[in-house]
Order: sequence, then structure tokens, then C-alpha cells
Amino acid sequence: MMSFRKTAVLGAALAALGASFGSAAQDKVLRVVPHSNLAILDPIWTTAYISRNHGYMIYDTLFGTDAKSRIEPQMVDTWNMSKDGKTWTFKLRKGLAFHDGAPVTGEDVVASLKRWGARDTMGQQLMTFVEAMETPAPDTFVLKLKEPCGFVLEALGKPSSNVPFIMPKRVAETDPFKQIDDYTGSGPYIFKKDEFKPGDKAVYVKNTKYVPRNEPASGTAGGKRVYVDRVEFNLALRDAQAQVNALAKGEVDIIERPAFESYAQLKGTKGVELVNRDPLGFQYMCRFNALYPPFDKPAVRRAALAAFNQEAFLKAQVGVKEYYHSCPSMFTCNTPYASTAGSEIMAKSNMKKARELLKASGYDGTPVVIMKPTDLAAIQKLPDVAAQLMRQAGFKVDLQAMDWNTLVSRRAKKDPPAQGGWNMFCTAWVAPDIWSPLNNAALDAKGEKASWFGWPNDPKIEELKTQFARELDLAKRKKLAAEIQAEAFAYGTHAPLGEYINPVAVRKGITGLPVGPGDFYWNVKKN
Amino acid sequence: MYQFIARRLLSTIPVLAIVAVLVFLLLRLTPGDPAAILAGDAASPDQIAQIRVGLGLDKPIIVQFGIWASHVLRADLGESFYFKIKVTELIAQRLEPTLALSTLTILIAVLVAVPLGVIAAWRFGGWFDRALMGFSVLGFSIPVFVLAYILIWIVSLKLGWLPVQGYRRIADGFWPFLRHLILPSITLSVIYIALIARVTRASVVEALGEDYIRTARAKGLPESRVLIAHALANAAVPIVTVIGIGVALLIGGVVVTESVYAIPGLGRLTVDAVLARDFPTIQGVILFFSLVYVVVNLLVDLSYVFLDPRIRY
Repeated sequence: MMSFRKTAVLGAALAALGASFGSAAQDKVLRVVPHSNLAILDPIWTTAYISRNHGYMIYDTLFGTDAKSRIEPQMVDTWNMSKDGKTWTFKLRKGLAFHDGAPVTGEDVVASLKRWGARDTMGQQLMTFVEAMETPAPDTFVLKLKEPCGFVLEALGKPSSNVPFIMPKRVAETDPFKQIDDYTGSGPYIFKKDEFKPGDKAVYVKNTKYVPRNEPASGTAGGKRVYVDRVEFNLALRDAQAQVNALAKGEVDIIERPAFESYAQLKGTKGVELVNRDPLGFQYMCRFNALYPPFDKPAVRRAALAAFNQEAFLKAQVGVKEYYHSCPSMFTCNTPYASTAGSEIMAKSNMKKARELLKASGYDGTPVVIMKPTDLAAIQKLPDVAAQLMRQAGFKVDLQAMDWNTLVSRRAKKDPPAQGGWNMFCTAWVAPDIWSPLNNAALDAKGEKASWFGWPNDPKIEELKTQFARELDLAKRKKLAAEIQAEAFAYGTHAPLGEYINPVAVRKGITGLPVGPGDFYWNVKKN
Repeated sequence: MYQFIARRLLSTIPVLAIVAVLVFLLLRLTPGDPAAILAGDAASPDQIAQIRVGLGLDKPIIVQFGIWASHVLRADLGESFYFKIKVTELIAQRLEPTLALSTLTILIAVLVAVPLGVIAAWRFGGWFDRALMGFSVLGFSIPVFVLAYILIWIVSLKLGWLPVQGYRRIADGFWPFLRHLILPSITLSVIYIALIARVTRASVVEALGEDYIRTARAKGLPESRVLIAHALANAAVPIVTVIGIGVALLIGGVVVTESVYAIPGLGRLTVDAVLARDFPTIQGVILFFSLVYVVVNLLVDLSYVFLDPRIRY
């Protein structure tokens, strides 16, 4: 006869097992391998894409950008612009509430926009137009401008870093240069702060009180409906082969950025499929440092542009033909401001012309210090290709290998290349970060004090950008964008190197991934 | 012996102080700006400068060191630049996976290697001995990540017996905890099996040539008792030393295994912190590792007293 103690132990074990199965049956968990480690939880404090994606999980936005790059209302219900173009009135839709139950008000919006406007490049530009932000009613906010501004909605609906996420007023009043520590949002998911283990996992649970819009989900716009109970970011799984193994075995559901080398294996893996949820993808670029020789001369920069061959870069770096294409535009191809203006110098690799330009520039053989990141698979081959093409054109090249974070630190230095500075580095941008003259950081041409790394100084570009910011007519804006690009090619701000996509790898049965320039987990079903 | 322990513990203070100064200075002198890394790709130079001020990196190095050292003296290792949580909390979060992996690895290694080493010594020069030495060479030579991928492919993907990756805390249940540790522990233990088996074999071979072994055999003791109670017991000091070093190395350096199996341990934390130039975390983790090395060495030294009655402190 079984003793009472044994019976009790067995009973407890069965009960625990039952509870375990019960819990598994109830909870639908989406297990995601994000593209990088989530560490900074304040998407206004940093421009890191992983922090932006975290922001989209827990916060909502006033406007969104749909899959066709159109700005659509999200938290905003109705809005209007005064006849003189100087007063914009926005009314919030009903049912908006933060995770703690408090309603979202105009005051929350104003505080959030102020903090965002202190950090984001486009936000800063918008704030130069803003005279006052007012909240005449709890569900209303008003932007009063000093003069008409052509990019109000574009700024409020911008889909990538820094996104104007709406936070509670008490959180948004945090110093813009200090990170927040209260992650109360009003978005479709709630961040489980108690389950967050940096470098291990981040957990989001469904916000059951979220009221989605009625329109279908599209990009960062439309109804953000949640069909899973939890989303778990696996932050420890960073080895590319281990990610593929885990997906093949069904231990994870999604790999956000498989390595290019993994696609062949993934295509042949049972139960796995590849989904391109970001058709606009990314654009590669190499950036020149305009402060020091030899790239302090536009003629030398143009010689490098003439030597560059987008196909060579893309073939070496991406390798999978169906995942890349050449793009002569500095603004993302297939978006409104894309054009070929000024790109003739890069239309096809012209080594003869590159050599002629270099000779005519008076290049004295100063070595070009190119920084090569060895730990970032998505861009690490670009500097090798650049170095080879430049050598063929007659440049002397000093290719220096380092980890990405050393590169990021070093590129901020304005020292001469021989004293720890640099001449060139390559990187990649997600489409919306460069699709407009106002948010394309590489087109900042305000010189040493205020431009993005490389510090080009071209008053003409800045003047054209100012005109662009004030212009309300789309056709005229397109014309101005083309002029800005032509001038940027003439000056040689940077070299666009073509575009690529990076499809996600998912388990079969995962459907509904929203199309857009980020990794979003509303609308996703797990069958 | 208490005096010895007290002396050794006191000697850790200058060791830790020297480590603290060296690590602090090295981090500040090597290239890499935490503010630029934290700010993100599109940050402007002004924004990076603001972040630098916020982190206190604009202050003179001596002032930064004074602030940090005063916190360390109060057992506060500071706050991670990168994760914005206390470094002590980060270490505590990562300690369990690393300790669990190290313990199971050493357990497997000792349980397998010591008997193999004793048998090889007993059958010195025979086929078993040669086979074990061959295995040892293989164990030393094969890269950990290669072995890991082979084991994952066979055991997890083909046979489906164990998970490919991940770690479950012991609080989530003992079986899930163990299931996730078996493959990483086996992977890591191979090199330690090779090392401990070789040292055991060499030590026992030496002991078997001693007079007291001949005496024990002449007394008619069973061979198993001769091997374990006499030969192995007298050969234990070098074996325990190697095991001790192994424990210390495992706690500080299983980065590759932690990466391949996605285990959020101290090794990965160290690498992440170094790549992100997370100064407080690097400083804290290295101080912690130094302490671990000192304590493990102390424990090994103390164990000699029990293993060899001739040793007294």
C-alpha cells in the first residue's frame, strides 16, 4: 500500500505537470530572435533600431507610415490645418489609455513631443518651426507654427529612429539626456519589467485593453491587433548557426536577421520559410571624412565615387542576387524623393575616369584610412571592396580592422587620421532613415559643428533643405530633393552603394507579419 | 590554519586593489567611447557629448577613479552604462548559469577522467593507456565550437533528445534545468576530461612506483584498494590543483560554449561589456573574477591539508 507521503508527493507532481500543460495550452507565446541585443529601453534616448522596435511594442504613435510609405492617422482621430498653414489642430481618438489605465491626453502628447523634439534630428527641425504647443481640451492638442512647414505629418508619422512615441506626461518630462525607467505606454503590448534579463530575454504580454483602429494593419499604421499572449525576445541566441538550429528544431519562431550565408540552409529546412516583410530594405553607403586630406577635396571624393561599382559591393556583401539591387539615388529607391539626379558619376564603374579625376585633383598619395568592422556580418565586406576599387584607381589605402563599437567610437573623433582619426567607413541605413532630405543624416552639410560624422560643409545643400522644409507642394518638394541630391553628388558627401533586403526566417504557421521598415509583432498569428 | 586563512584573505586586498587600478586605467587608455556606442548610429556629435557628460566621462580620470573606488569600498560596483542596472545585480543574474554549467562540467570531467586516469596508470603502456592518451590529444585539439555543433547536430537535430540552445533556471524545475545543461556540459567537459585524465595518470603512475605501494601489495590488499586508497589518495594533490584551476577557468571563460548554446552566463556578459565599452560592468566582472581566483586557490591550498597529512599551515 502506498504511504500517504508518497501519494501526496505523486499527487503534487501530477498537479504540477497538469498546471504546466494547462499553462502551455492557454498561453500562445511568440519566440523571437531579435536582430541585436536589447539593452537600452528608452527609444528617444538612442537611435538604436532594437530600442525603436521595443518602442513599437509598448508605445503608440500619433501617425503611422503604411506599407506604401503613406502617412496615416494612428492615435489621432481627426486633424486640420488652418488656411495660413500655421495652426495644426489634432484630436485624439476615443479609448486611448496607458497600461496603468490613465487616459492618453493632449498634455501627454505635448510632453512626449517636446522630449522627442530635443533628441530626434527631424524633431529638432520641426521644433524650429513650432511657436507653441497647446492643449485646449483633454483629447486635443495644437501645434502653432511660426511659418508654414511642409513636413509636420511626415515628422509625426516617421517610422524609424527616433520615433515620436507617446508616453505619459510624468515619464516624458524626464530629461531628454537621461534614460527613462518607467515603461508605461499605451501600445499593443505591455513590457514585463520584472521578467527582463539583459542579455537573456525580454518579455511582452498582450495589452488586453488596447483599442486598435478599424483599418487593416499596414506598416506602422492601421489596426494593431494582437493574436498571441506573449512575445519573448531571446537575447542570448546570437550565434548565426545556433539560431538556424533553434529555428529548425522549433525552439524559436522567428529569426529577424538571418546571416546572408544562412539563407541557402534555411531554404532547405523543413518547417521553415523566408518572408520579406520589409520590401524597401536597407541602403549601403560609404562615408568620407571631409575634414582631412585626401577627402577634404571634392575632386578626390568624386574620384572615389567614379571608382565605386555598386554591383561589386552588393555581390560581395549580400551574395544572393534576388536580395539586392543597384540604386543610384541617395534617397531610398521606390520612394517619392528617389531620383537619378547627379548620379551619373556612379552610373557605372569607370576606373579610367576615376584615375583621371584623381590625377587632376593633385592627390599626393596620402593614405586613405578605411575602418573595417570585423564583427558586423551585414557590412564587414564593404570596406574590402572599397579598398580594392580605390587601389585600382590609384589611391593608397590603409585598411584597419576593428570591432564595430571601436569604429563607432572612432568615427566620432575629429582627430587627423594619423592620430586616431579616419578617412572613410561604410554602413547601412534602413529605408525610412534616408528617404527624405530632412532625415537623411548623410546629407547634413553644416560642417564640423553640427553635421553627422564626416562633417561635410556645403551651404548650398543646407539652403535647399531649408526650402524643402518650408515647401508644401509635393511636386516642388521632389524637384528640391533632386537638386539636393545633385549637389550632394557634386560635393561628394557619401557614396550610396545599392540596396538589399534581409528576409526574416519563420516557422511555418507564423502568419500576418506586418510589412514595414521594422520588426513589429501585432497582427501576427501563430497556428 | 586560521592564521593562514586570515593571512591569505588579507592578501586579496592588495591583489584586488592592483587589479582595480590596472583595469580602470587600461579601459580609459584603450580606444572606444561608450557614449558614441550608446547613442546609436544616427546620433549627432552634440548628442554624444551630452551622453558623455551624463555618464561622467568628461571628468578627469583621477576623479572618475575616486568616485568608482569610493563606491567599490561600499560594495557597490556601480551601474552598467549599457543595461542601466546595478553591476552586482547583473553578476547575480549571470552567476547561476555559469555556476551550474561549471559545476556539471567539472562533475562529469572528474567522474569520467579520474577513473580513466587510474586505469590507464594501472595498465601503463597497454592498449587502454594508449587509447586514453590518444583521446586526450583529440580532446585538447578539437575546438569547442566544432564539438558543440557536432553534438547539436546528432543529439538535438537528428535524435531530438535534447534542446539545441537555451538555459532554464533551477527554479523552473530540475529536469528542464538539467536538459538544457547536458550538451553544453559534455561539450566543455571533453577538454577537462583530457587534462584531468592525463594528470591523474601521471600522478598515479608515479605513486605506483613508491615503496608503500609495494608494501600494500605485499600485505595482500586487493588491487582496487591499492589503487584507490593508496595510489590515488597519494596522487591527489596535483589532481585537485588541476581541478581547482579548471573551476576558476570555467567560471571566467566559457564564452564560446555560452554563445553556441545561448547561455546567458558571465562569459557572455564579459564579452558584451567589452564590446560595448561598458566600463562599470567590465571593472566589476574582472574584480569578481579576481576574487573567485583567489578564493578557489585558497580552497585548493586548504584541501591539501586533508589530502596530505604532511602539509600543515
